[in-house]
Amino acid sequence: MNSPISTALPSVAASPHAKEFSSVSTVMLKVMLALAPATLCGFWYFGWPAISLWLLTVASALAGEAACLVLMKKLVRPALLDGSALLTGWLLAMSLPPWAPWWIGVVGGLFATVVGKQAFGGLGCNLFNPAMVARVALLVSFPVVMTAWVGPSGQSASPGLVESLSITFGGSIPDAYTSATLLGQAKTELSRGVTLLQTFAQGLPVSFSGQRPGSMGETGIVLLAAGGLALLAMRIISWHIPLAMLLGIAIPALIGHAVNPARYLDAGAHLLSGAAVLGAFFIATDYVTSPSSRAGQLVFGAGCGFLTWVIRSYGGYPEGVAFAVLLMNALAPAIDRLCQPRIYGRDWRGNPIKLNKEK
Amino acid sequence: MPTIVIPPLRRLLQRWGVHPDSHKYPAAGLDIEDAGLPDMLRLPLSQHVGAPAKVIVEVGERVLRGQLIASTGGKISAPLHAPTSGTIVAIDEAVVPHPAALTDVAIHLRPDGLDEWIPLKSELYPINLSEREISDRVEDAGIVGMGGASFPSAVKLSLGHRSKVTTLMLNGSECEPYLSCDDRLMQENAHAIIEGARLILKATGATRVLAGIEDNKPEAILAMKLAAKPFPEVHIVKIPSRYPMGADRQLIKMLTGIEAPADGRAADVGVLVHNVGTAYAVYRALRYGEPLTERVVTVAGGAVSAPRNLRVRLGTPMAYLFERCGGLRVPPARVVSGGPMMGIGVQNLDTPVVKGTSGVLALAAAEVGEREASACIRCGSCVEACPVGLLPLEMAARIHANALGEAEEIGLDDCLTCGACGFICPSRIPLVQYFQHAKGELASRSREQKRLDTIKELTEAKAARIEREAREKAEIHARRKAERERAQAAEAAAKAARAAEKETEA
Repeated sequence: MNSPISTALPSVAASPHAKEFSSVSTVMLKVMLALAPATLCGFWYFGWPAISLWLLTVASALAGEAACLVLMKKLVRPALLDGSALLTGWLLAMSLPPWAPWWIGVVGGLFATVVGKQAFGGLGCNLFNPAMVARVALLVSFPVVMTAWVGPSGQSASPGLVESLSITFGGSIPDAYTSATLLGQAKTELSRGVTLLQTFAQGLPVSFSGQRPGSMGETGIVLLAAGGLALLAMRIISWHIPLAMLLGIAIPALIGHAVNPARYLDAGAHLLSGAAVLGAFFIATDYVTSPSSRAGQLVFGAGCGFLTWVIRSYGGYPEGVAFAVLLMNALAPAIDRLCQPRIYGRDWRGNPIKLNKEK
Repeated sequence: MPTIVIPPLRRLLQRWGVHPDSHKYPAAGLDIEDAGLPDMLRLPLSQHVGAPAKVIVEVGERVLRGQLIASTGGKISAPLHAPTSGTIVAIDEAVVPHPAALTDVAIHLRPDGLDEWIPLKSELYPINLSEREISDRVEDAGIVGMGGASFPSAVKLSLGHRSKVTTLMLNGSECEPYLSCDDRLMQENAHAIIEGARLILKATGATRVLAGIEDNKPEAILAMKLAAKPFPEVHIVKIPSRYPMGADRQLIKMLTGIEAPADGRAADVGVLVHNVGTAYAVYRALRYGEPLTERVVTVAGGAVSAPRNLRVRLGTPMAYLFERCGGLRVPPARVVSGGPMMGIGVQNLDTPVVKGTSGVLALAAAEVGEREASACIRCGSCVEACPVGLLPLEMAARIHANALGEAEEIGLDDCLTCGACGFICPSRIPLVQYFQHAKGELASRSREQKRLDTIKELTEAKAARIEREAREKAEIHARRKAERERAQAAEAAAKAARAAEKETEA
């Protein structure tokens, strides 16, 4: 016997006596890793203003979380280290116009964690996706700033560091830089009575490299999709929500475009623009605010996709992912209730299954 | 013997379960060794589901190996035999494998080292015994489910008679991590297991044996296939490795695609499930007349110096087994009787091996992976893992809010407490603890309710009785009063008549 067996054994604990390695922070870390390539690509496209806005948004989200925890006399360190607040700020930053002024990031970041998350009781208790709550709050409060898009540096000369700081902190984007997103252009022109066929006579400005105006979560489409597939491969998310959401956008878009190409964008344009891919892989899949059963996730994803298409096609705003996700978030508890898995040995109503041979 | 293969579609559609690190080696790669005799054996009277056995020996008595020392305590119960020759030194409280570290009455036997058997009645061709005889001998041998459930095997056999069982399922899945006692037994004693299964088949009147073995045990599958070759009714089926594949209903569904109803038994769908260890014990009992006095136990875990499978006499303390395996390298973070997923955490190394003990584990801190629980992030891992199709996170939330009734409504009763959810949870929420607590609380509430109902019934009966008695009393009183009045009236009338008579006379 190598060592004496201590008589004082640890107190009895319930089974199981072995646990999976993963923890909340490893889950969050993997999501951040998947998000990193697209983010770096966005930094490269949009330069210093985007980097400073990202930093401000993330820092504000963390500050908001920490302040609430202090006020509620809870432990700050473990909650900050779980990475959820950082990820919330990060996802919000991905959805903002990259050259937005500093206060957009600060207000948004604080709003996301304070109102969107901690007001509901913190991690796991929020009904709505905090990043999308903040984005929608900013969009309805500051519609002009929130729709001032710029093209990536590939199209116009990138601003230097000094000019960048004046963009972020001075509060104005030089007119030379501003341009519209595809969805924005389509909506504006349609509202002026110009058909899509005329607007995009030279072909749709969509490309897989994402070299076009939009948020950081809109431009690096290929890298975002790759990050999403990586999440699937790591089994952080399942395929149900992303696939259902993308199909929920694509199928009505296909039908609409086939019926009236002058009025409805095609499925490719829908999938490659706006936050469709970011939403499908990173936002709608948020654990806390989506259903937990597989069947429920299919319904939820399809709903997010369909509502996105409806808002984009008929709503007042050019982009609809954030609204769609929030609307479906509100339905998630109901979906969870209606889409419970069938219990072994019972029918869908919960009654014990009957055997063929009656006794 | 036609090969039965699980249809890929069935595998695909049944996506429950978790894949813990198996930790089967090095123990799974080493022969089963005899553990030898410790200084003292402690034999709890309740080593099975049902009524405890009744002691029939006295303190100071010398007993032989295989001698009956406690007889069957009821309809669902099992007898107990001396695991070796020696002296009964006490019949007293002792620690037993129990989740709340309770003690229970046990027979304390000091081995004399001679290991002398009682005369055994061997049977060269036990398959020629009648159904009744097989069942009786299994009962007399004290055999219980060796997979851990410890249900008296003979009771299960007679169950087969009543419910028209067609299939005997041999459970060789051994889905718990670390454990390899069934794996080794199948590799080393496949013939005995197959013979035992054929005996059970005969006793139950079933027509085929389906032995399910997880695909992480290729040597065991091969050995069992070879042993089953002469018997067309015995099929060895490779099943996917995942936890909890060895839960009987899950095994039935994987092997046959049939689901047993939630309110019924496996026998209702014509299936009887027995562990391979049970089949082995049945063979030993019928062929050699040996009652159950020992079993194979996996001694493993990161804190154990030389993990191994040992043939262990019932009643052997855990400390002796750890010493037999080179002692403990590091102080264990947790000591477990059984497997890590459903086993019982023990506090005292005197805890004995009982009939259902498949493993004795000393786990190091890194293996246990214990950490402070954090908030549920609703990731749904537990929903995906649940073999029954429950929503563990929702049940836990309701139990946390003390809404036990609601937890019951969404399926708490169907929970196996297999621990797949607690294993996979990234927030380390002690889900199983919630469910066990709620089940216990609901059970005690329903007992309390029954007690209250009985009291209410009795009180009502008493009130009714008092009322009835009062009514009867009043009736009697009234009757007597009426009689009295009638008598008085009659007397008065008579008096009046007499007076009138007198008057007329006068």
